[in-house]
Amino acid sequence: MKLDRRQFIKQAAISSAYATAGALFPGVSFGDWNKLANNSGVISWQKTPCRFCGTGCGVLVGVSDGRAVAVKGDPSCSVNKGLCCMKGYHSVQALYGKDRLTTAKIRKNGSLVEVPIQEALDLVAEKLKETRDKHGKDSIAMYGSGQWTIPDGYVASKLFKGCLGTNNVEANARLCMASAVTGFMTSFGLDEPMGCYDDIDHANVYITWGNNMAEMHPVLFSRMIANRKRRKNVKIIDFATRHTRTSLAADTSILFKPQTDLAVANAICYEIINNGWVNTNFVNEHVSFRKGKTNIGYGTEDHFTFKEKAEPINFDEFKTFLEDYTPEKVEKISGVPAKDIKYLAALYGDPEIKVTSFWCMGMNQHTRGTWINNLVYNIHLLVGKISTPGNSPFSLTGQPSACGTVREVGTLTHKLPHGVVMKEEHRKMAAEIWDVPLSNIDPKPSYHTVEMFRALDRGDIRFMWIQVTNPMVTMPKLKRYREGALKDDRFIVVSDVYPTPTTDVADVILPAAMWIEQEGLFGNSERRTQHFAQIIDPPGEAMSDTWQIIEVARRLGFEKQFSWSKDDYIKRIWEEYRRFHAGPKHEMAPYDVLEARSGVQWPFVNGKETKWRYNPKYDPACSNGKEFDFYGKKDHRAVIWQRPYEPAAESPDSEYNFWLNTGRVIEHWHTGSMTRRVPVLHNAVPAAYVELHPEDAAELGVVDGEMVKIISRRGEIIMPAQIKGRGVPAKGMVFVPFFDESYLINEVTLDAFCPISKQPDYKKCAVKLEKV
Amino acid sequence: MPIFSYLAMPKKGAKESLCAELSRLDYCQIVPAENQDVIVLVTDTPDDTTEKRLQRTLKELQSLQSLSMAFGYNEKIDKGE
Repeated sequence: MKLDRRQFIKQAAISSAYATAGALFPGVSFGDWNKLANNSGVISWQKTPCRFCGTGCGVLVGVSDGRAVAVKGDPSCSVNKGLCCMKGYHSVQALYGKDRLTTAKIRKNGSLVEVPIQEALDLVAEKLKETRDKHGKDSIAMYGSGQWTIPDGYVASKLFKGCLGTNNVEANARLCMASAVTGFMTSFGLDEPMGCYDDIDHANVYITWGNNMAEMHPVLFSRMIANRKRRKNVKIIDFATRHTRTSLAADTSILFKPQTDLAVANAICYEIINNGWVNTNFVNEHVSFRKGKTNIGYGTEDHFTFKEKAEPINFDEFKTFLEDYTPEKVEKISGVPAKDIKYLAALYGDPEIKVTSFWCMGMNQHTRGTWINNLVYNIHLLVGKISTPGNSPFSLTGQPSACGTVREVGTLTHKLPHGVVMKEEHRKMAAEIWDVPLSNIDPKPSYHTVEMFRALDRGDIRFMWIQVTNPMVTMPKLKRYREGALKDDRFIVVSDVYPTPTTDVADVILPAAMWIEQEGLFGNSERRTQHFAQIIDPPGEAMSDTWQIIEVARRLGFEKQFSWSKDDYIKRIWEEYRRFHAGPKHEMAPYDVLEARSGVQWPFVNGKETKWRYNPKYDPACSNGKEFDFYGKKDHRAVIWQRPYEPAAESPDSEYNFWLNTGRVIEHWHTGSMTRRVPVLHNAVPAAYVELHPEDAAELGVVDGEMVKIISRRGEIIMPAQIKGRGVPAKGMVFVPFFDESYLINEVTLDAFCPISKQPDYKKCAVKLEKV
Repeated sequence: MPIFSYLAMPKKGAKESLCAELSRLDYCQIVPAENQDVIVLVTDTPDDTTEKRLQRTLKELQSLQSLSMAFGYNEKIDKGE
C-alpha cells in the first residue's frame, strides 16, 4: 500500500484519536468505516456462520447502507465465543471482488456472451432435457459441494434423484470427507462425531493425526492452546508427515512416513493390549470385532468396483493379528521410534487421562482412508475413551456444510436425505416426502466423483451442472478431466461467484448469490445446524443456487414438487427436509429455533441439544439400559476392525524419488477463488510454492525462490521453491498448497482412491524434481 | 492545509444522527465506536479559511455535545510561515 506524507499524517491523527478514546473509554472498539464510500457510519449487525471452513464459527456481519462492511466474532456462538481467524475477519471482503459474476453468460461460437439469466436458465433446462432424452437418464449429472447450503443440496437431490431418476448427484465433499463417513458407518453404523467442541475444554491430551489444525482449524486450535495455558496437565501431540505450525506449537511432534499411520495405529493397539490397558468392561459390553477384505486395490482404473466382505472375529484373533505390529517392527515401517509409539499408547492407555484425537484431510485423503478412521476408533474403543466429555475421536470437516449438506442431506450418489438408495424403505420415504413415484428413484448408485468425471471424459455423461465448486482445479490427475469437460459434445453449466478455471470450460455460467446474499443453512463438524438470513442483496442478476435449481425444475415440468414462493422458500424447504430426520437419533431443530440461535446441535429432542451421542446421560436415543448404547448397529455395539498396513498406490522409487503431499494454507480457502480476491489475504500469500527439506534443496542446488520442476507420471509443473518456510517436509517429501490456479498442482497428482469411501489420496504420489 | 482529529461526543441518544450529520460534511471523515457513544472525527481542509468555516459549522451541529481535540497539524506552522 502506498502512503503519501499527508495520508501518513492523517493516519497519525486517527491513531491519536483512537489512543485518546482508549484512555477515556476502556474497551472502546472502532470499525474502520472511514475508508468506505457513501457510508453513514450507522451499522446494523446480523448473525451468520462463517462462509469458510467446517468449524462453523458464528460471526456478526456489520451492514451499512446495504453493504457488508465489517465482521466480528459472535460472542453468543459456543463454537468460537467471539473469536475468528484471519479468513473470518476478512470474509465480507470476498463479496466485493472487482470481477464478481453478475450476469449470466452462454457460449456462442466459442466465446462467452452475456445474456439475461432467464434466457440462460431456459437453455440449461432445454439442454438437460435434450441430453436425457437422447442419451438416457444417467447421461446428466449434478456436482455440488460442501459449500452448498442445506437447501441447495436438498433441491438438487430432489430434482435429480426424485424427479429425473438419476443418482448422478455428487459433491466435492467426496474429495474431503468420504472416508470419515465410511469410517463412522463401518465402526458405529451412523455418521458424524459422537462428541463436540466442548471436548477441548475437558481433554488432557489432544492428538492431531496428520492434521495441521493451527492453520486449518485455527479457532479450535486457539481453544486448545488456551486450555493448555489455563489448565494443568494439558498437552498437544502432533503426529504428522511434515513439520507445520501445529508441530511448532505442540508439546511433542512425531513424524511418520506417509501411509504408515495404519501401522502405528495398530502398534498403539498392540501396546494397549500388551500392557493390560484395555477397558475390559467397556469392550465386553459395547464392542464387537470384525475383519474385512485385504489387498483391496486403489481404483486407478475406470469402472473399478469393490465390495466389502466383513467377517466376525474375536478378541484373541485380533490380538494375534496385532503381533505383526509391535512398536519395534513398526518403527522399521514408519520411521517412528518405538519409544514414541509406546508414549502415544501410554497416553491413550492411562485411565486418568482424557484423550481427544483430531483429524481431517491427512487421514481422509488416503487410499486406506476408511481403514485409518477405523483404526483410530479402535484405539478409543479398546480403552473406552469415547462419548464422554474430553474423550473423543473427532473427525473434523473442511467445508462449512460438508456435514449439513453432503452427509446429512445425502448429496452423494448412494445417499438419500434419510438412508441410501439401495434400501426400499428409504426410497419409499423419499418418494412420499418428495411426492414422486417410487419407481423414479433408482435403487442402484451410479458414479462417485472420480468415476463421474471419468464418465464425462468417456461420454457416458454428456451434461454436468457444477455449483459452488471448482473441480478444474481440485480434481486429481486433472488433465484428463479438463480435456474430458472440453470435448465437443459435452455441455457444462457452472454456477459460481467469480471466474475460475471451471467457468473456463463452461457452456453456461450462472451468476450465484454468495453466502449472506441469500438465506440459507449450514451444518458444521459438531452436528450443529446454523441458519443465516439474507443480509444484503446479491449483485446484478446473481441468484441463489437453490433458486436456480427451482427455476430449472419448473421449466422441466416439476412445478408441483418445487412450488415454493420466493418469500419463504428456505423455511418451507427446511420444514420438508427435516421430516426425513424425525426421531431421537437425528431430530433437527425447527426453523424458528434455528432462526433465533447461533446454531443448534442435533439430535434436538424435546427442546434440548445432544452434546455427546451414545451416552444415555446426554443422548435420549439410548435405549439399552447400559452405560453406553451404540445404537447405530443392530447389536448396539461399536466395531473394532482388523485392518492391516498396506502401502500407498504409488510410492517413491529410483526414478520418481520424492513423495508429493498437497494441502492448504491458513490464508486461503480451497482454490483461492474468493480469498485471493481479498487484498490482505492475497498479499499475505500471493502465490503457491513447493516446500522442500533444506537438505534436499541443497542436494538439488536450489535456494529459496528458485524455480523447480515437479514431474510425475501424469504431468509436470514449474514453481518457486520455499525452504524453511512455515512448513518443512521430511527429507524425501515435497509439499505444495493447491490454492493457486496459476500453479495447478493437480496436473501432477494421482486419482487413486480408497476403495470403500472412493475418496482420492491427495497426500501421496511419487514425483521427481529438477532445478530449472 | 490543517489536519485535526477529535473525539466527538453526541448528545444523549443522538449518536446516529451525529454520524449522519458529520458524514454529510465536506472535509470530514468519521469512525464511530462500536460499543461507546463516541465518534472519531478527522478533518482535512485545504486552507485556513475553509478550516475556520468548518469549525463554525461543527459548533452549530444540534446533535453534538462536545469536541475534544486529539491531534493537530498545520502545514503552514510546520514550515514556519
